[in-house]
Amino acid sequence: MAESILAQLIGRFDYITERASSDHLAINCPADHLLELCQALRDDFGFNMLIDVTAVDWDVQSPRFTGIYHLLSTSKYDYLRIAVDCLDDINPTLPSLTGLFAAANWHERETYDLMGIKYAGHPDLRRILMWDEYPYHPLRKDFPLAGIEVPLPAADVAERTQVKVEPAPMMGGPFVSSGNGPMSQTEPSARDESWTEQKEKPVK
Amino acid sequence: MATTKEITIGDINSRASDVEGELQSETMSLNVGPSHPTTHGVLRLKMELDGDVVKKCDPVLGYLHRGDEKIAENMTYNQFVPYTDRLDYLAPLSNNVAYAMAVEKLAGLQVPERCESIRVLCCELARISSHLLGVGVYGMDAGAWTVFMLTFTEREKLYTLFEELTGARFTTSYTRIGGVARDIPEGWLGRVLDFCKGVLPVLDTIDKLLTRNRIFMDRTVGIGKISKEDAIAYGITGPNLRACGVDLDLRKDKPYLGYEKYDFDVPIGTSGDCYDRYLMRAEEVRQSVRIIRQVVDQFPEGSYYAEDAKKIFAPQKAKVLTSMEELIQNFMIVTEGPQIPAGEVYFEAENPKGALGFFIVSKGGGVPYRLKIRGPSFCNLSILDKLLPGHYLTDITVILGSLDFVMGECDR
Repeated sequence: MAESILAQLIGRFDYITERASSDHLAINCPADHLLELCQALRDDFGFNMLIDVTAVDWDVQSPRFTGIYHLLSTSKYDYLRIAVDCLDDINPTLPSLTGLFAAANWHERETYDLMGIKYAGHPDLRRILMWDEYPYHPLRKDFPLAGIEVPLPAADVAERTQVKVEPAPMMGGPFVSSGNGPMSQTEPSARDESWTEQKEKPVK
Repeated sequence: MATTKEITIGDINSRASDVEGELQSETMSLNVGPSHPTTHGVLRLKMELDGDVVKKCDPVLGYLHRGDEKIAENMTYNQFVPYTDRLDYLAPLSNNVAYAMAVEKLAGLQVPERCESIRVLCCELARISSHLLGVGVYGMDAGAWTVFMLTFTEREKLYTLFEELTGARFTTSYTRIGGVARDIPEGWLGRVLDFCKGVLPVLDTIDKLLTRNRIFMDRTVGIGKISKEDAIAYGITGPNLRACGVDLDLRKDKPYLGYEKYDFDVPIGTSGDCYDRYLMRAEEVRQSVRIIRQVVDQFPEGSYYAEDAKKIFAPQKAKVLTSMEELIQNFMIVTEGPQIPAGEVYFEAENPKGALGFFIVSKGGGVPYRLKIRGPSFCNLSILDKLLPGHYLTDITVILGSLDFVMGECDR
């Protein structure tokens, strides 16, 4: 079943390749063909529901950001994962699917908010979970778990109270092992990730 | 100072269109929430009103954003289980199950039948608890206080069952990767059946109080209609989607946990209005009771965790204290986390509010590289800016109540 869809897709669009996946059918697609592919998937292959839009930050690797889309067919009950690499590591941009799926609107706003991927053609690309003036994209790998000190969203309250949004204290955990290396160094410990002289703030 | 305006008399129609802009009434901005009983949490709506009618609505989210996805990247798989309680905090047990199943899918683990049955019970009891509150609060939103008192009493009984099972009423954290935290207590199944017996008459009472209630129907029938096409385009799931007439229930269509073994019906609505959404939930509770009875009927023996999940499922405490092998295993699991192979996986479960999905990217080891949570409430709310305009302000309460969302999983 999944194989036949893949064969059909590759036969029709020679630019897509199969992607390693532990469950559903997954394909890689170049960013400039995404709209065309999704339109065909929606209209001809029955993948009519955009379930989820997200992105992965591969940190040091390039391409650094990969947009991930999950489609569901409400007739065949199959999932399909589409992975799209962002060519630009500094200003990652992907085409917006808002024209095809209304659900893309909020999902893309969220991915923009947390991951900093800009969706070209999105009608209203504002932050959705963080407040509008927030300067960082917290789900990026270079953003510390503890957070970074920033001014309060409401300037008048900030001025009166002299309060800032502070990084969370990390003494209480989570206690995580760093994984590889000798046992003595991989003992689980709470990470202190607040910004220091050794560690610079990420670019906005 | 008086001002004069010259109007040249000419064609009447063109004159009318000239002054049309001036005749538009002034709109009023109204802010609802983030802390307001209607919004069932911390949803904020920025609305433009023309008289009593909503012209524009801009939902503002994020007041309950805790960065769960970021936190997940920084802890081992089992450590994240308590965080899943706090997604849809009205049905924590089913969140636990959905999360554990996503990780197990990645690890290629098959849990034994008994564990599956326990999990089905968890999911369905959680569904009943969530829908009872959903219907009760919805009734209250529409002015029917009695229903809330009835459903809340039943929910309280459920919480006693949860406490017996998991040790906690609310934040259950019951599942582990490869099983559940502990076996069911003695006699618990009997008490579940007693609850089922007791809840059905209450459902009938609710039925009498609401289903043909003139006030309730006046307030809900034909209000907040969502078309089939819109529902699919906006990615709405769960009872809200089925109320629109779309037959999609993952328990039936993509069975997991052995749901295919149980005989139950999936209610489908016709008009997609607030009334249909109420009917869906009321009927789903009955169907859940049906499932629970079948599960208890054919409750399998065996173990409640996957025996072959060495290095994933923590060994029994007694064995850790007495056996060297298990002690080492326990030490490795605690320090490095359960070892999960590299890969990408997306798993969705049919939760009370809709399809709760987990997308996990693993590079191997005990910590997920990326974990994305697809909260059904997030998608269900995304239609608000299209759904609310054109409705009266008083209908907003009813529409929000009918969507039955939880901000915990919306903001994550």
